[in-house]
Amino acid sequence: MNFDFSDDQKYLKEQARKFLSEQSSMTTVRAVLNDEQKSHDAALWKAIAEMGWLGAAIPEEYGGLGLGELELCVLAEEMGRSLAPVPWASTVYFFAEAIKIAGTDAQKSAILPKLAEGGVIGCVAASEGPGEPRAATLKTVFDGTSVTGMKVPVTDGDCATHALVLAKHQDGTSLVIVDLTGAGVEAKAIKTFDPTRSHATLTFTKAPAQLLGEAGDGEALLQRIYDRAAVLLAFEQIGGSQACLDMATDYAKGRYAFSRQIGSFQAIKHKLADMYVALEIARSNAFYGAWALSSDAPELPLAAAAARIAACDAYYLASKENIQTHGGMGFTWEVDCHLYYRRAKLLAVQAGAPSLWKEKLVRRLEMRNAA
Amino acid sequence: MDFNDTPEEAAFRQRAQAFLAAHAQPKGSQTESLQKRLSDKEYMLAAKAYQKAKAENGFAGITWPKEQGGQGLAPIFSVIFGQEEAKYDAPAGPFTIGLGMCVPTVIAFATDAQKERHVGPALRGEEIWCQLFSEPSAGSDVAGLKTKAVRDGDDWVINGQKVWTSGAHYSDWGIVLVRTNADKAKHKGLSMFFIDMKSPGIDVRPIHQMSGGSNFNEVYFTDVRVPHSQMLGGEGNGWSVALVTLMNERLAVGGSPGPDYKEIFEWAKTMPGQDGGTLAEDQSFRQKVADWFVRAEGYKLAKFRTMTALSKGQTPGPESSIGKIITANQLQDITHNAMEAMDHFGIITDTAYAPSEGVFQQSHMWAAGLRIAGGTDEILKNIIAERILGLPGDVRVDKDVAFKDLPSGR
Repeated sequence: MNFDFSDDQKYLKEQARKFLSEQSSMTTVRAVLNDEQKSHDAALWKAIAEMGWLGAAIPEEYGGLGLGELELCVLAEEMGRSLAPVPWASTVYFFAEAIKIAGTDAQKSAILPKLAEGGVIGCVAASEGPGEPRAATLKTVFDGTSVTGMKVPVTDGDCATHALVLAKHQDGTSLVIVDLTGAGVEAKAIKTFDPTRSHATLTFTKAPAQLLGEAGDGEALLQRIYDRAAVLLAFEQIGGSQACLDMATDYAKGRYAFSRQIGSFQAIKHKLADMYVALEIARSNAFYGAWALSSDAPELPLAAAAARIAACDAYYLASKENIQTHGGMGFTWEVDCHLYYRRAKLLAVQAGAPSLWKEKLVRRLEMRNAA
Repeated sequence: MDFNDTPEEAAFRQRAQAFLAAHAQPKGSQTESLQKRLSDKEYMLAAKAYQKAKAENGFAGITWPKEQGGQGLAPIFSVIFGQEEAKYDAPAGPFTIGLGMCVPTVIAFATDAQKERHVGPALRGEEIWCQLFSEPSAGSDVAGLKTKAVRDGDDWVINGQKVWTSGAHYSDWGIVLVRTNADKAKHKGLSMFFIDMKSPGIDVRPIHQMSGGSNFNEVYFTDVRVPHSQMLGGEGNGWSVALVTLMNERLAVGGSPGPDYKEIFEWAKTMPGQDGGTLAEDQSFRQKVADWFVRAEGYKLAKFRTMTALSKGQTPGPESSIGKIITANQLQDITHNAMEAMDHFGIITDTAYAPSEGVFQQSHMWAAGLRIAGGTDEILKNIIAERILGLPGDVRVDKDVAFKDLPSGR
């Protein structure tokens, strides 16, 4: 039994934590939070590119480091812990992975080397309104060469150079790549619950677009991309949950009430123990997702759904009870609790909310049992 | 990352599988479990024969030192055997507490002659041990126990009452924690003895549980004499001896203690749902199945992480205390939902009518006890908070007060 990361992967994680504690401090995060004009921290983005992280799981022939998905998982956990205000998830978990699994050689050559250098910022433009985007309700249309319609919200849409757009095409849906620096694209920043990550509306008017993968396969391909991203997002959520638990534990040790440390009260202990249990369940499910992702196992769809649900639960619990443990201070702008509360919600609704994933999980369970 | 055994582990697993195939029936291969098919007496004979076979084939005392008749192997091998044994309806239950907790305490504190006398018979299944710690007024706070021992010549004389003692009625020996000095503070006036359960003055009475059954006992001590030589760890050191016993609680390796997501989901396909379809098609039910799946898998995978640590020769931390919190609560939740899903019919326990022979109803009763037995949810959460997260202990009002002066309430 070797159900753990390797020593090299743990070393990478340690280095990443050290790097991010310097380069992505809360001052960096708050600089983006407090400045509506600022979509992300460009200096941090450049530094991450220079570390090679953007191309960590991109093959060497396309300008990456050629490491595996497990290395991406450990980086994701540290990015989540630090709340790094950069379009990392959009670019790496969604866009790069999509090109890797469905792109033609030409698409890979055109996009991946630039992405690894930091010159391409990707995003996913699927949502057009409340609820899961579906063929029956989509209004954005792909005509074979260009795309027309409006997408909202698009995470990192105002700083991205490229978008993956889900559009109606022929009788179904297709996923297309749009160069956002080209003609027919209008990006407009919008306010969201988590201002440390920018969001936009993207309006396409006959914007040139090229197909990714098979025509008419859009929703299925997007789901495959989401399955992979779900595992990586889960590690990011675990990093955030652990940060909340650490923060609440420290506070409970240092804060006195009724002449004793509040951490000596069982009401606080049990709250933090519940956070710990949820985090262990999330971590164990995410490890399994990491194994399935890195070994291209047929278990991936079920493992990814479990990883995602457990991680969403753990982060929500940890972020809200961290505020509660801090009492009134937890509700202030100055104390960092709300930053995690915001990020937890963004990561839970991006790529499909947990209730949708629960239904997916049960369907996948039925398929596995039928097989 | 992989889920493979090392070559050494794989060889051991293969040996374990061959042994089990020869000495036990796979679970589910008979309509009724061994314990249900046999009388109490027959079951005990089967259990003793099974334990003897384990000892003869090198599967008893897997982690114990060789000089004590054990196998001298690393804890991972004990986990592997447990994994394989859990697939069988093996009558190992009567020995779990004795070999898991009591005899290791004897090995740690008894004289060589005493070990020579007791360890072998226990390993071979000839003698069964029980653990006598809990009392009516000392459960989670076991150091608050009142059963007292008074010195009389070469003997001590024990008076008092123990409770929730598994297997006391069929045990030959027991380890008993008693108060030998009530003038000292709570944890400091305790001593541990091992005792012949057939001693005059010991009265074992079954407890009638809320589930209707009787799996545990009350044990009354009236002027029970025990030789001073059977004190373990010295006078006044009972608490540290007890901690050694409790540390030996074996790693939980079994599956779930009752129906889990698989069973309820399969069953739901045969049950009516709210909109004319089956229960398995109901959206609200399916959301819950996903939650149960995530928790059951999460716990199973957490055990794989523990095994990984063991396999690398590391000591797993108190992380394993999350196990019972998850499984006991999950069992209560699943059985609760199964009963409510049946509507009025869910109240029936009569096996002529109740689906799945009433397993959900029985398990729903049992789950309430499982959340208490072997450390309540609350105590386990305290352990997580204090030993893993490093939070301060609760304020102690009983630390420097003589036990006899402590308020004891009911």
